[in-house]
Amino acid sequence: MEMLYQQVILDLSRKPHGFGLQDGAAAESHQVNPTCGDEITLQVHLEPGTDRISAVRWEGHGCAISQASASLFADLAPGLTREDLGSRIELFRTAMRSKGTIEPDEDLLGDAVALGGVSKYSARVKCAMLAWVAGEDALAQAPA
Amino acid sequence: MLTLPRTIAAMSATAPALQAGPLSDPEIQAIRRDFPILASSVNGHPLVYLDSGATSQKPTGVLDTEREFYERRNSAVHRGAHTLAALATEEFEDARGAVARFIGAGDDEVVWTSNATEALNLVAYAMGNATLGRGGEASARFRLGAGDEIVVTEMEHHANLLPWQELAARTGATLRYIPIADDGTLRMDVAAETINSRTRVLAFTHVSNVLGVINPVADLVALGHAVGALVVLDACQSAPHLGLDVAALDVDFAAFSGHKMLGPTGVGVLYGKRELLNALPPFLVGGSMITTVTMETAEYLPAPQRFEAGTQRVAQAIGLAAAIHYLDVVGLARIAEHEASLGAMLVEGLSLIPGIRVLGPGIGQPRVGLASFDVAGVHSHDVGQFLDDRGIAVRVGHHCAQPLHRRFGVTSTTRASAYLYTTRDEVAEFLDGVVAATEFFGVNS
Repeated sequence: MEMLYQQVILDLSRKPHGFGLQDGAAAESHQVNPTCGDEITLQVHLEPGTDRISAVRWEGHGCAISQASASLFADLAPGLTREDLGSRIELFRTAMRSKGTIEPDEDLLGDAVALGGVSKYSARVKCAMLAWVAGEDALAQAPA
Repeated sequence: MLTLPRTIAAMSATAPALQAGPLSDPEIQAIRRDFPILASSVNGHPLVYLDSGATSQKPTGVLDTEREFYERRNSAVHRGAHTLAALATEEFEDARGAVARFIGAGDDEVVWTSNATEALNLVAYAMGNATLGRGGEASARFRLGAGDEIVVTEMEHHANLLPWQELAARTGATLRYIPIADDGTLRMDVAAETINSRTRVLAFTHVSNVLGVINPVADLVALGHAVGALVVLDACQSAPHLGLDVAALDVDFAAFSGHKMLGPTGVGVLYGKRELLNALPPFLVGGSMITTVTMETAEYLPAPQRFEAGTQRVAQAIGLAAAIHYLDVVGLARIAEHEASLGAMLVEGLSLIPGIRVLGPGIGQPRVGLASFDVAGVHSHDVGQFLDDRGIAVRVGHHCAQPLHRRFGVTSTTRASAYLYTTRDEVAEFLDGVVAATEFFGVNS
């Protein structure tokens, strides 16, 4: 249990980061996990005139893992270019789908490595992925 | 042909105590020995299976019956002149008879389906076909149009909501619903107005799969029949736990699934009154349900065959008959009594835990052996994950009843549901697990 629900996950599920939508987003994505009803609306904000992310903001509800994952995504994104963030989403997805065989890379994913334990629980991978899928969708929508 | 469940059969021969009163602890232990899966371990703990509302476990008698059929008599039914085909057809029809006796129906009033969902869709789609003019004058009573109303309840499983939503959309009829009171009972005061002269179909669940509440079937049937509506009963959560007497209840149609009542997956039952089934145009069409076919038209067999197109689920049907036999030997009344005491233990135990809110009937109110609850600030998936780590299997999510959950201001709940093999020790272990989960997730800190 403690491997899956690391303290940072429990803390973030109670005190989220980046919570609350703000005007001026480059793009926004709404994602639903139909099996459990988890929902998220996530915004990507860009530094004016650049392709660098200034902030990720989100609102939603769901399990501790999906909520913490959204916070960890919001912590990771600022300062990265769209391309960098896209490749890190792909890295995170690969780790999540690895059934526990790939340790997420802390240099590239930061505190989101705390979600590494999720990959052993196939039913929960979608919970961890929800915010990242929303981020990917928002990046694809944001005008170049 | 049916294999008598080993342990229970031995007990019924030697212990007359099996005839009356709630199930004793030795009886429950004997029952558990008939279910191989209950001896297994999950995540290093003995399995505590509290998800029988989703699907029940199967006794060896059911497993043996299916295997024996495949090993010795397997062949297609209602076609072929060889010996095995005759044996299989006989056994398949005997199984239909067993279901008919179990629910107080005639043999030709029992239609095999894949599950309850298909049974309910069958009625709705057949009515849609009648609306399109299929079935001739006999089916005129099933035609729907603008101004007609279909009434359901706010607590329906999606399987008894969406077929009616779709039917209303296809025919121009209006879908209305009877709301739920805060204690999980139906607002019968509102029902008396919602069900009116425009009501053509009244479809509702006997027992809520989320709330555990038992609906007043007789009162609803009286309201429905007083205005000439067809009454459709979702008996998924009643047939396995309380039994079902369609004749006494006087419902027009009823649906339930085999896998929730110790039987195999892939088999369900639609009950319909004889004259209604024979007037209803078919839903699925194809082999084995016709009398004469030309390149232009077809004539259909009477019920039940007219609703059983294609190769049938033979092994599953006779497996279900074996399951019904098992329930009969133990006795539905005693099972219901046992589960009511577990339901009371669940609601009393959960209500004592700070941060827990149980949906549905409160302490002392009638409920079957299940309870769904919300843990303040903790998602049901996290609760379920925590319990699973201790080998405790519960259902999490919206249990295919989103409108019901919305009514109570939650998106999901955790549900513990018992059956005849569930012990009080297991319920106690589950309650300990929920307390530990509230501590782990810091619910009251």
